[in-house]
Amino acid sequence: MYDTQWGWLVRYMHVDGVSLIFILLYLHMGRGLLYGSYRNPRELLWVIGYLIYVLMMGEAFFGYILPFGNLSYWAGQVITSIIHAVPIIGPGLTTLARGGPGVGTATLERFLALHTVLWFLILAACIGLHILALHKVGSNNPDGIEIKDRKGPDGTPLDGIPFHPYYTVKDVFGVGVFLTIFAAIIFYAPTMHGVFLERTTFFRANPMVSLPDVTPPWYLAPYYAMLRAVPNKYEGIALMVAAVIMPFFLPWLDRCKVRSSRYRPVYRFMILLMAVTFFTLAYVGEQPPLPKYFLIERLGAAIYLGFYLLLPIISRFEPTRPVPERVRS
Amino acid sequence: MSKILSRAALGPLFALVTAAHAATVTPPPAPPAVPFTKATVIAGARFFADHCSACHAVNNLRYKRMGADLGLSAAVIKKSFMKPGGANYLKGMQPAMTQAEAKKWLGLPPPNLSHMARALGPRFLYTYLTSFYWDPQRPSGWNNHVFPNVAMPNILAPWGGIYTKNGTLLVPGRESPAVFDRHVADVVAFLRYASDPSIFERRAIGRYVIGAFIILSILAYLLKKDYWREVHDKDDHSGSQKSATRKPTRKD
Repeated sequence: MYDTQWGWLVRYMHVDGVSLIFILLYLHMGRGLLYGSYRNPRELLWVIGYLIYVLMMGEAFFGYILPFGNLSYWAGQVITSIIHAVPIIGPGLTTLARGGPGVGTATLERFLALHTVLWFLILAACIGLHILALHKVGSNNPDGIEIKDRKGPDGTPLDGIPFHPYYTVKDVFGVGVFLTIFAAIIFYAPTMHGVFLERTTFFRANPMVSLPDVTPPWYLAPYYAMLRAVPNKYEGIALMVAAVIMPFFLPWLDRCKVRSSRYRPVYRFMILLMAVTFFTLAYVGEQPPLPKYFLIERLGAAIYLGFYLLLPIISRFEPTRPVPERVRS
Repeated sequence: MSKILSRAALGPLFALVTAAHAATVTPPPAPPAVPFTKATVIAGARFFADHCSACHAVNNLRYKRMGADLGLSAAVIKKSFMKPGGANYLKGMQPAMTQAEAKKWLGLPPPNLSHMARALGPRFLYTYLTSFYWDPQRPSGWNNHVFPNVAMPNILAPWGGIYTKNGTLLVPGRESPAVFDRHVADVVAFLRYASDPSIFERRAIGRYVIGAFIILSILAYLLKKDYWREVHDKDDHSGSQKSATRKPTRKD
């Protein structure tokens, strides 16, 4: 920040890139939910994609600890103590994760190795698998129609267009818009008023000074809000783990014949309610743990889990609109 | 008897007056919008070097870097920002007193202020610096509304004046409250700069970077539109072939 030429640019790209990549991930996943892209035959694609999201959470967590500000120290303590809840081997695992009885140099060493090498390689491999899985089944479309069912005389889908040049030029435009927003944040609001880069990170790690509230970054806050919704540590962790794992089963929970939410009004409402709930939980998770938020946290957790638990029943009986035979332009 | 009666009457009256006073006393006014330009940062830096630097270090900010960012020559920096003797132009801002002396005199070594503005925020710093009051029970004689029992004495008293806990002015300062507030805001602006010295550089080049990306986006959009025209045309065409009732497309 102070002594390296353009060091601030690299650091701000690194730290703001995390928040922006999570915004893009949420948009990408939201689109998959809206258009039913996770459905048969794309289950594997969805599972690998969601695995990438979970791995990204881990990558983001390691990166959260590495600056070793006071927030990093306490966040490291809190999150590694979650491992403590694992039955029987929990305490041993916690020591293994921290490299000692508490968060310290050994923790930083292993987290640095994970953040920069091992986790990165796993992520890159998963992204490769994600693309391979996509190539096997092909892209979905907003209508949720299988374009391979209608092929022309030459064997190519009638409604399909080649990725290059159509999507490459479209993506260049998307990249341009993204870079514009990214540059605006980096150059004019790099800490985003404490949302992208928390204030307490700027104090040195100090085991003697505990923070009034240890908050996760905004993109992990929904899970933290659900963790806090239950007063019992083990039940809260169980709820949080359930919240993270549930979306893996989404392709098999949805029993509707129609894919896209364009023709499923009830499902579309559920998705919108889910999105509002998720970001409300993100906001609440950033707030100090006050009683006035408990009701919101519990309601949010109930809606979040309810979505997945009720989906098999609702999707079987929900009304659908007629689906067109061809992709609409 | 009459004395007791009058006291009994006065008691509720006093209570009423106190309550009315408490109700009318407004919370401390919001700080002025901290101006943030090179001029205010330089003014703040001069004040900081003259007074704050006696105790506080800004380890991470080198004098050379400060001169380059604020457009000050090495001669000016050496003359009016560096303490005589000890400081090194190529190194970070050092306080005049040593840590050991500071610990002996103040009980605690004064913190390094490099990251303070980003950790606490400029609004807090401003409110903190203007919230000192006279408290004879403290060893330094000073206390603070937003940082109770802080070890730092109110070095700004000669400018801002001495206040009691409930806000009455004991000794007026050298400056009027408006001018004083402005000076404190300058110091806060300097601390903001010190916590992220890239700020002027960022602001200077940001608009060009964003402009270049906007131009790239516009060009990419036009390119995309051109490529996709044939896709949309094909759709229109096949649609018109399928249903005879549909009105002819543009090509027809």
